[in-house]
Amino acid sequence: MQKTYYDPADLRKFGKITEWSEELGNKFFEYYGKVFEEGALTAREKSLIALAVAHTEQCPYCIDAYTKDGLQRGVTKEEMMEAIHVGAAIKSGATLVHGVQMMNKVNKLDG
Amino acid sequence: MTKVKTQSLHKRESTLAQSKRQLEILSNGIFQNGELPTFAKKIGETNQFPLKAKKLEILQINVGYMCNQVCEHCHVDAGPDRKEIMTKETMQQCLEVIKNTGAHTLDLTGGAPEMNPNFRWFVEEASKAGIIDFIVRSNLTIIRANKKYYDLPEFFKKHNVHVVSSMPHWTRGKTDKQRGEGVFDMSIKALQELNAVGYGMPDSGLRLDLVYNPSGAFLPGDQMAMEKDFKKALMEDFGIQFHNLFAITNLPISRFLDYLIASENYEDYMYQLVEAYNPAAVANVMCTNTISVSWDGFLYDCDFNQMLELPVNSKVKHISEYNEELLEGRNIVISQHCYGCTAGAGSSCQGSVA
Repeated sequence: MQKTYYDPADLRKFGKITEWSEELGNKFFEYYGKVFEEGALTAREKSLIALAVAHTEQCPYCIDAYTKDGLQRGVTKEEMMEAIHVGAAIKSGATLVHGVQMMNKVNKLDG
Repeated sequence: MTKVKTQSLHKRESTLAQSKRQLEILSNGIFQNGELPTFAKKIGETNQFPLKAKKLEILQINVGYMCNQVCEHCHVDAGPDRKEIMTKETMQQCLEVIKNTGAHTLDLTGGAPEMNPNFRWFVEEASKAGIIDFIVRSNLTIIRANKKYYDLPEFFKKHNVHVVSSMPHWTRGKTDKQRGEGVFDMSIKALQELNAVGYGMPDSGLRLDLVYNPSGAFLPGDQMAMEKDFKKALMEDFGIQFHNLFAITNLPISRFLDYLIASENYEDYMYQLVEAYNPAAVANVMCTNTISVSWDGFLYDCDFNQMLELPVNSKVKHISEYNEELLEGRNIVISQHCYGCTAGAGSSCQGSVA
């Protein structure tokens, strides 16, 4: 029996999700492919955004996929780490900005 | 981080120095148990088996495995400790072929071809044959390695040689990791010297192209996009210009195979190659229009087959008995390393093919 929830080899099977819902699966992959095409943003910029989001979402498959994707595009490790810090800053900022709500509540109840 | 080795697999007496062992690895495991299809089976799906040689366009000559560098992923297993060097006698046999070939491109490679003691004589003689595109694959650092090589840019210019040089990245760290400490700075200096004599300038007939191959277990990105990034960075940081970038996939043989196995990336890498298989690239693989000549004059479908000691499937085996008509139409010798040339946009010594 599989003892862990995540298996790196499962990433290769991602395309198989269409087998149990062909239309929705195909629509998703078509959309996904289109999103990452060169547009107003370069494919390289999109790859770095994806890497940052992969970390904030804490998706191990996405982290593997977009680390490799970045390497393929010549992205340096310094650029990758900076992108992750952007994600981390937003995550921590999103936590801390709720501190204002806490302060508002304290002021109302006990001010 | 993997350190760059200072000796070839041959010098280290690694079992992977033997082509037989490499071919066993490429045929066993995931290809033997059917987890992944063999290359023959894969190209058979689109009725492209067997691959047949077309009219010869590129004559590639490897003048020796000696090199001043020991790059981490070298498919030749080249280095200062390799003593296989083409003799003047074999060069003379090559010249006879060069004078009469229908090929439009002559491509000299190594090792560092400039380290062959008869290199300059050979280039002078070969340049008289009137070949349209005369390539020398120079690793750049050789130009700065010793005083006796300092005039190479002028020498290349005099003989209208097309210079093709390896450059794994526009940053020092990634380049030195793959090719050795100090290689980046020397390469930059050499490129500036090539630019100074006119190589790589926008309207110059002196062609300077760069070869990019990934520094690890991943495939190259889009050639055009990489070229754009290389041009921008090399111009902004060092004022360097060049013509085109060739993105080349690392084939799983020799030192790159050793790296893949040691870093436990072999199976994943083979999966990547097979998943990225592109039937359109098969139609243009270089082995169908190329002959590769080894330092000792034997003939192969490509430089990779040369390193795997897989000779041409033809009655004609050696440059001394060369016959272009007999070689045309031969069946190309293949194994699983061939997936490296058919992944994504395809790969050849001239970059993408699809």
